[in-house]
Amino acid sequence: MESRFRVLFLVVAILGLPGCAATKNLFGFGQEEAPPPSAERPGQVIDPQVERREIKEPAIDREDFEIGAYAGIMAIEDFGSDVSYGVRLAYHITEGFFVEGTVGQSEGGLTSFEVLSGGARLISDSERTLTYYNLNLGYNILPGEVFIGEGRAYNTNLYLIAGLGSTRFAGDDRFTVNVGAGYRFLLTDSIALHLDFRDHLFDIDLLGEEKTAHNLEGHLGLTVFF
Amino acid sequence: MRTGPGRGYPIFNVVDRGESVDVLMQRTEWYQVRAANGKQGWVERAQMELTLKPDGSAVSFEKTGLEDFTNARWEGGLLAGDFGGANIISLYGSYSLNPNISIELWGSQILGNFSNGWMGSVNVVHEAFPEWRFSPFFTLGAGAIHTEPKSTIIQGEDRTDQIGHVGGGFRIYATRRFLLRAEYKSYVVFTSRDENEEVEEWKVGFAFFF
Repeated sequence: MESRFRVLFLVVAILGLPGCAATKNLFGFGQEEAPPPSAERPGQVIDPQVERREIKEPAIDREDFEIGAYAGIMAIEDFGSDVSYGVRLAYHITEGFFVEGTVGQSEGGLTSFEVLSGGARLISDSERTLTYYNLNLGYNILPGEVFIGEGRAYNTNLYLIAGLGSTRFAGDDRFTVNVGAGYRFLLTDSIALHLDFRDHLFDIDLLGEEKTAHNLEGHLGLTVFF
Repeated sequence: MRTGPGRGYPIFNVVDRGESVDVLMQRTEWYQVRAANGKQGWVERAQMELTLKPDGSAVSFEKTGLEDFTNARWEGGLLAGDFGGANIISLYGSYSLNPNISIELWGSQILGNFSNGWMGSVNVVHEAFPEWRFSPFFTLGAGAIHTEPKSTIIQGEDRTDQIGHVGGGFRIYATRRFLLRAEYKSYVVFTSRDENEEVEEWKVGFAFFF
């Protein structure tokens, strides 16, 4: 389309030039015709000595990293639910993909066995602290806008995320897979609210048989792009 | 101009030919610009490359491609896999001395059924055909491994041993700054016992270069 326009302009230009000369002759101005642009140049009057200044591409502010913190609730299988909190750092590789690292902490309560048996304790209090790290790959699957009231629109993203990591709980480091989804609500172009749901899966054999524990976590976070 | 940095966001403003824009920031392949009418929006790189500087020359924006995959200095990534029957999660950072040879620093956590551990190593990586999209490499390295038995295992003690390894694999250029990596390494653990241990490791993961 664009090249077609260019051709069109050229055609107009070519037709226009001789046309102008013809009208000049018609109105009697033909005698003082200016030399055509192709004629040899008159002696150069000014020899430009000024070098053209090199314009450097200004460093454009790149905002591909996202850092923030979150707080929420984590349900540790057999150990009840407690407050969880953590920090996250993400790097946006493309408009779709991003990688994220998180470090978080929560606290396990008493299992029903420990409550019913009275005094028996399966693990010490310090071993009830659950700490984890995850390295995840996320994909912004549903980018969009939401409208609040008449004059406000905010960008949002629904993303799917999954990754690997390790969880320290009940005296051991446990290989952990986590999957989940999140909702990123951009308050401004650089500040975002997150609502996240994750399932942390790890194997645990504390209560007899080894089983895969599902530990669901939901949290609300705030991040800043930089 | 779109309302957000992505193809999915709606177009809400059009900048006419001949008008100028101010570039405010960049996120991934998208540029936030302010048009003469004061409207702010996001424009992708392909569009920005059609613009001209005030002196009439074309604007060139930093663009990553296969050439950068070959020549980039720094690289970092995440791999996971199997280390002699245990799960392993590894992070690495790499610095290229030239397109063929790079030095890598690895940190890994090993999570097994009977013991857990940490491993750190320094590698030298040689790529014979760094310009290939599917680039094979050979690697050689040394480091240390720390293992501690799980709390449910009664016996056993913490150990720290030296390791040496050889291996090979592929770096596969995916898109933009993004690459996939798969590798095999054969480790020798120099234990304080009579026999050295040999461990095989398989890993896959992703990395990005910059």
